[in-house]
Amino acid sequence: MLEPISVSLETLNLSTLAPMLVAIVGGLGILVVDLIKKDLDKTLYVMLSILVLFVDLGAVIGQQVGDRGFFDVMLIDGLAVIGQVVILVASMLFIPLALTSKRFHEFSYPEFFALFLFMVAGFQFMVASDNLILIFVGLETASLALYTLIALHNRDKAFEAAIKYFVMGALAAGFYVMGSMIFYAVSGSVELYKIAEVLKADDYANLPVLLIGVAFMIAALGFKLSMVPFHTWTPDVYEGASASLAGYMSVVPKIAGFVVAMRIFGFLIQADVVWLRDVLYAAVVITMTLANIMALVQHDVKRMLAFSSISHAGFVMAAIMIGTTQANSALFLYWILFLFTNLGAFAMLWVSRHKASIWHERYDHPYEKFSGMISIMPVGAVIMALFMLSLAGVPPFSLFWGKLYVMSAAVNADYIGLAIIMAINSAISAYYYLKLIVYMFLRAPEQNDGTVYVQNASKPLQTIIGFSAFLTVFAVFAVEPMLQIITAYVQASGF
Amino acid sequence: MDHILSVLVFFPAIAGLLGFVVSKESIRAYGLSVAAIEFLLSLWLWFNFDGSYPGFQFVEVAPLIPSFGINWYLGVDGISLFIVILSTFITLVGLIALSIEKDLKNMIISLLFLEMTMVGVFLSLDAIIFYIFWELSLVPMLYIIGAWGGNLRVYAAVKFFLYTFAGSLIMLVGMLVMAYLYHEATGVWSFSITEWHRLILPEGYQYWLFLAFFIGLAIKVPMFPFHTWLPYAHGQAPTIGSVILAAVLLKMGTYGMVRLPLPMFPDAAVHMIMPVAVLSLIMIIYTAMVAYAQEDMKQVIAYSSISHMGVIVLGTFAMNPEGIAGSIYLMLGHGVVSGALFMLVGVIYDRRHTKLMSEFGGLAHVMPRYATIMGIMVMASVGLPLTVNFVGEFLSLAGFYQISHTMTILAGTSIILGAVYMLTLFKKSFFGEVTNEANKSLKDLDGKESMALWTLVFVTVWLGVYPKPVLGPINTSVESLVSFMHKKAITKEAKETIRPTVIEREAK
Repeated sequence: MLEPISVSLETLNLSTLAPMLVAIVGGLGILVVDLIKKDLDKTLYVMLSILVLFVDLGAVIGQQVGDRGFFDVMLIDGLAVIGQVVILVASMLFIPLALTSKRFHEFSYPEFFALFLFMVAGFQFMVASDNLILIFVGLETASLALYTLIALHNRDKAFEAAIKYFVMGALAAGFYVMGSMIFYAVSGSVELYKIAEVLKADDYANLPVLLIGVAFMIAALGFKLSMVPFHTWTPDVYEGASASLAGYMSVVPKIAGFVVAMRIFGFLIQADVVWLRDVLYAAVVITMTLANIMALVQHDVKRMLAFSSISHAGFVMAAIMIGTTQANSALFLYWILFLFTNLGAFAMLWVSRHKASIWHERYDHPYEKFSGMISIMPVGAVIMALFMLSLAGVPPFSLFWGKLYVMSAAVNADYIGLAIIMAINSAISAYYYLKLIVYMFLRAPEQNDGTVYVQNASKPLQTIIGFSAFLTVFAVFAVEPMLQIITAYVQASGF
Repeated sequence: MDHILSVLVFFPAIAGLLGFVVSKESIRAYGLSVAAIEFLLSLWLWFNFDGSYPGFQFVEVAPLIPSFGINWYLGVDGISLFIVILSTFITLVGLIALSIEKDLKNMIISLLFLEMTMVGVFLSLDAIIFYIFWELSLVPMLYIIGAWGGNLRVYAAVKFFLYTFAGSLIMLVGMLVMAYLYHEATGVWSFSITEWHRLILPEGYQYWLFLAFFIGLAIKVPMFPFHTWLPYAHGQAPTIGSVILAAVLLKMGTYGMVRLPLPMFPDAAVHMIMPVAVLSLIMIIYTAMVAYAQEDMKQVIAYSSISHMGVIVLGTFAMNPEGIAGSIYLMLGHGVVSGALFMLVGVIYDRRHTKLMSEFGGLAHVMPRYATIMGIMVMASVGLPLTVNFVGEFLSLAGFYQISHTMTILAGTSIILGAVYMLTLFKKSFFGEVTNEANKSLKDLDGKESMALWTLVFVTVWLGVYPKPVLGPINTSVESLVSFMHKKAITKEAKETIRPTVIEREAK
């Protein structure tokens, strides 16, 4: 039954693999540099990583949209391109956060940067394929690297976080494999487009079995996207990881997860599988609301941001549930705007990282720490307030436009109830973002000489924060061009 | 000056940014000059405004997110012109009388940003731009209440923010639905309010959209039962915060009603007259009674403010030129008078650090000039003829008389009740013997305070005696608005209720 396989180099179309190869080779290169000469400074590795990512970005942009390659497992469609661009830009913004003025254990290892680049390659594989197996490989590569990166922070909490994430991730991987297996069982293929074709051809004859597979997939992606009730790891992992890595985790793995979710659920939603729609609807509403309510009672800003990022993920997941072109474009718009704001907010926490537990024996960033910041460090307080207002969706700051567009997509697809739930959730979320603003602006300082806010500040960090703040304020001018590009790409991929 | 409106919006904001550089000692002079220039600019707008043209003037359009129909779209007509001038005027007067010492620089910068958002709300003709300024106005106010307020300031500030924010998000959903329906009807995206006005919707849609917009706006007004944030906000806010809140921010709600739901959903609005009128009546009578029961001067004025806002809403929902023009005139009147009253309470609070009426008595002996102005403003608040509130209240009630006689008579009791609580306040604090030792040596008004307050007195009397220069342009725009609504209405009931002008009616 098997036919002999003849492979020529042209049909492999290796250029589809180029971006990931750049990242992997870059990671290996960093290891080689370390072999040749030990104890090089972290600035070298940071800059090398940025350069590798830059070349990677060039390779992504140079790709032909609509190409398939490497035994047709690679799929370079619009989603793959935007997904990779977002991942790379976020990574380029993240890696300079290593240039702190204080010394941190993990950044002295070149392995940190090599693992980081491997992880980026993993995420790129995830978004640039519609083959369930390759997606799995990408997912695991990225996740394993990420667990290690968390553990490298070398605190008790960081080990705990890494183990917790690892165990949960392993469970999710199990679910993913089960789901893929059932998909394969009902269709005889692991390629999503073929699965879609086969299912359509026999008119969803095996729907009950397929739905079990979908349930596994929802659970697996739910873990990765931290949807309620699979979110329990998120706040603890964010708390244990360094603030910069937490900010990264709240953005990049999720965009990769969203693209995969869009691919897996997209065709099912377009085929009008009502069950999936209803389950996702429920998951979206519960995720938004419950995460918001839990964020209300947090004492630590980092944990609050963790819950808030769960809630934002729920908000965006709604776009996948709606499934129109406008909704899918809204997802990317939202997440790009979220990227800058959230990374900025976490970078602000990162800058104020301190060793001694002054305010609370457990938390690094309790609200009390920011008490009266306006009179100690006005610029920092104003920038942090900008990020908070943006996250709350106060116009005209960046996330407002994302919320506006997602809500508009909901309204246009006749989900007015959902739009109202989103509105109410935005109002609830305003409370906990305001709480930080209240502490910063309306309270008197508590035993604080201000140095704590700039513990880690260095020129590169300040530049990144300034850049994020700038984009947060002037996002309105970026929305139109971004929307044009995103919509064109999303439309070209048939979503 | 083709871009006078953009200049009006951005001048205070840019000045606010530059204000960070100005040294602490000179910031007061800086703030005053900026506010004065802004006020002169708004006056310049008035002098170049063609009062006989009912539509929008000085219109500016620039694309912002064209593929989604969002434009930078500003314009001014008779309805918005004077509210803009009120905003710049009150900011200037408030700055003159400003008595805050702590963090003066932060205060002045926040006030300038607040001024931008106020002017922006009243000038924008694009729903999203309107929404941006509407929401943005919460931020400086949150800071002003929260940083300079009384003991419960944080609670009051957050309550104020969350109430309005939640309400306006519902309005945002309404806007998105509206944009969607417009897209369905015409095939293009638009958030332009003037375009939306032209869209005739089936009744079923109108009700829901009307409700969505109305809730958002009603919380700001604040209509009963959403009014509970206001007494807290006023009770805790510093004087300048109360002045601006009462004089301008509340007007955003009533202005929004005239600009958005009324012309967009005339049939639903006509259908909703009775429920809204009942709510307004509750506002008028209930809060007037609550005002009488207060022991704190500022709370009396805060509740009286809600009561007067009820008359404004009632006038607006009369749906005829008298009622709407009257309600807009009353917005201006209430802005000036309640601003002055809050400022007056602030004067005594600065001296005694208490606002309880029981602490005072016989102030007329100690502070004659202060008592005079207070007397004039109390009369104006009650609606004495020849003061600004009389004109507005009379027209509003006369307008609603055509809808319902009983309700208007009930609403008219507001004037009597108003007289009761305001005169009680005046009697308790100003007449009789000076009983409290601490009051014997109080200083009368100083230069700054006199200047600010006499200006307000002048405006109160001028607009009460000779309202024509202001009422004329308002009336022109309102008449065209009402005849537009009449034409647009689809149900017979609405056509009959919305009657364009007196002359046309008599010609029938």
